[in-house]
Amino acid sequence: MEYYLQLIINGLVVGSIYSLVALGFVIIYKATKVVNFAQGELVMVGAYVCFALTVQFHIPFLAAFLLTLAFSVVFGLAIERAILRPMVGEPIISVIMITVGLSTVLKSLVQLFWGTQIRVYPQVLPQQPVFIAGLPVSPVYIAAFVLALVLFGVFSLFFKYTRYGVAMRATAFDQTAAASMGIGIKNIFALSWCIAAVVSSIGGVILGNINGINSQLGHLGLKVFPAVILGGLDSLLGAAVGGVVIGVLENVLGGAAKEWLNLGGFKEVAAFIVLVVILMVRPYGLFGTHEIERV
Amino acid sequence: MQTKCGVFFESYREEARLLVGGFQKTRFAAFLLVLLASPWFLNNYHVSVLILINIAVIAAVSLNILTGACGQISLGHGAFVGVGAYAAAYFSFQGVPFLPGLLLAGIVAAVAGACFGIPSLRLKGIYLAISTLAAQLILEYVFLHWEAVTGGSNGMPVDSPSVLGFVFDTDRSMFYLTLIFAVLAVLAASNVMRTRFGRAFVAIRDHHLSAEIVGVDLFRYKLVAFALSSFMAGVAGALWAHYTMYITPEPFGITLSISYLAMIIIGGLGSVQGAVFGAIFITILPEALGYLADGLSGAFPEVSSYLLAAKEGVFGLVLVLFLIFEPEGLNHRWRLFKAYWKLYPFAH
Repeated sequence: MEYYLQLIINGLVVGSIYSLVALGFVIIYKATKVVNFAQGELVMVGAYVCFALTVQFHIPFLAAFLLTLAFSVVFGLAIERAILRPMVGEPIISVIMITVGLSTVLKSLVQLFWGTQIRVYPQVLPQQPVFIAGLPVSPVYIAAFVLALVLFGVFSLFFKYTRYGVAMRATAFDQTAAASMGIGIKNIFALSWCIAAVVSSIGGVILGNINGINSQLGHLGLKVFPAVILGGLDSLLGAAVGGVVIGVLENVLGGAAKEWLNLGGFKEVAAFIVLVVILMVRPYGLFGTHEIERV
Repeated sequence: MQTKCGVFFESYREEARLLVGGFQKTRFAAFLLVLLASPWFLNNYHVSVLILINIAVIAAVSLNILTGACGQISLGHGAFVGVGAYAAAYFSFQGVPFLPGLLLAGIVAAVAGACFGIPSLRLKGIYLAISTLAAQLILEYVFLHWEAVTGGSNGMPVDSPSVLGFVFDTDRSMFYLTLIFAVLAVLAASNVMRTRFGRAFVAIRDHHLSAEIVGVDLFRYKLVAFALSSFMAGVAGALWAHYTMYITPEPFGITLSISYLAMIIIGGLGSVQGAVFGAIFITILPEALGYLADGLSGAFPEVSSYLLAAKEGVFGLVLVLFLIFEPEGLNHRWRLFKAYWKLYPFAH
């Protein structure tokens, strides 16, 4: 029992990071209908930039974190302007492939600068585990979970009450109508890439604090797909729920497969088996718009 | 059909020909002759690149039927090639001769492809892309963990192919063998595009509802597209396994699927000739970069190590640049080139 409780707690932490990455994905998809296969690489770039600032330039962690966020804003804008802007109106396969190309470029850039070995962040939070229900939990885990919750709160309020949040929702709903009401669609596209890059960087920095980073971090981006499909491609709440559920499911299923079937590494693939099942049963997910037509 | 101005057909037979006119026939004959003679002038390394190109042509042409013609985006094609490779290795281990083994490998891959094509009944566009991505990752897991059949992470050895007692164990003989299958694949794909099936595929790609209204059975034709495309991918995989003589799960990852998609996009979606161009381009690209790195290493030693590390990045960059500046691919450029020489010295 304790074994499974531990798995669930680990799943919650990893899941909250999936949620953050999924949040970035959903924001881009919602506003621009672009499926971003480079979401994991955005996480990786954010993590490495913060790492470089703290370890290589000896900037205090908090300042480095803020600088990383500033970098992400510029980075998101640059990607949108240089790569995604020319793809407006192109067929879906071209848009998918351009984000795939972007992910390869980012990955090899990170490898050029920082190599492929694992890099570890300096300790920021205390190491002493906190006991929750008799189980030791590292403070980093709690910080990750709380930070994810806070970010989701902030973004829900942003979309509900601020001028730009409303403009983004309007653009997502109907681009032509939004444009004719005086909303600058191009700015909205740029803004959504900005937010996605910032959120992903935060996820990357949290991950770096948990178990270090290496150039394979981008694979995390693949886990976004089960999470957002479960939640619904265009739902923020779905991203939050989907990420956490997928994180817990893959840990528990993987642990169970190891205990009962002696099947190693099942964790890696469990999420994708769940994904196929969801696609067959309920392709628009739990909270997504029912836009799938039966063919 | 695009034909030149001034070409008139006098019989259906003439119109049904793949190559129209004497010049086109001569051009293709000359191209084939150069290909056939090339192993005698090139060294073993270059011949091995040609073999890889032949295999890539088969896989790219097959993906082109599924994605280019039928519009079903597949991010799992590399895994279907892998299924063919593992099936061929397994059957050859069980003592099945090369040619029947090749056929069986194709059939196994076709069954796997059709199974993962079933979601296409309900999904399209991005949802289908994600479901084939899941297929890719699930199949990769199977390669790695079904140790009784695949040998797990240790991989498994494969024999050299032999037909009627002749063993293809040199690069040169392997080149001719793979060339035969590449030519067959190109012929098959060109002909599929001219049949009832090909027209149904294009109709589904262009508008699935209209296709259904004119009587195309969507589910059946989509499954046929998946099965046919995976069959050819399986054959490519089987040739790959027999050529490398040892297979592990690593090469059949998502990177392979992406490079096949890159081939048909860079070549030109939906055209068989474009898929061939793309296969050649993407296979040669890393080799060319390697040469560049070697050439530069004398003058700038650091540059070459960076270049070698950046091979993958250059692949991504090429993909991005093509999508932005030449979205219709190399095939489009080839047509412009031909038109230029037809009109020379006049600009229009």
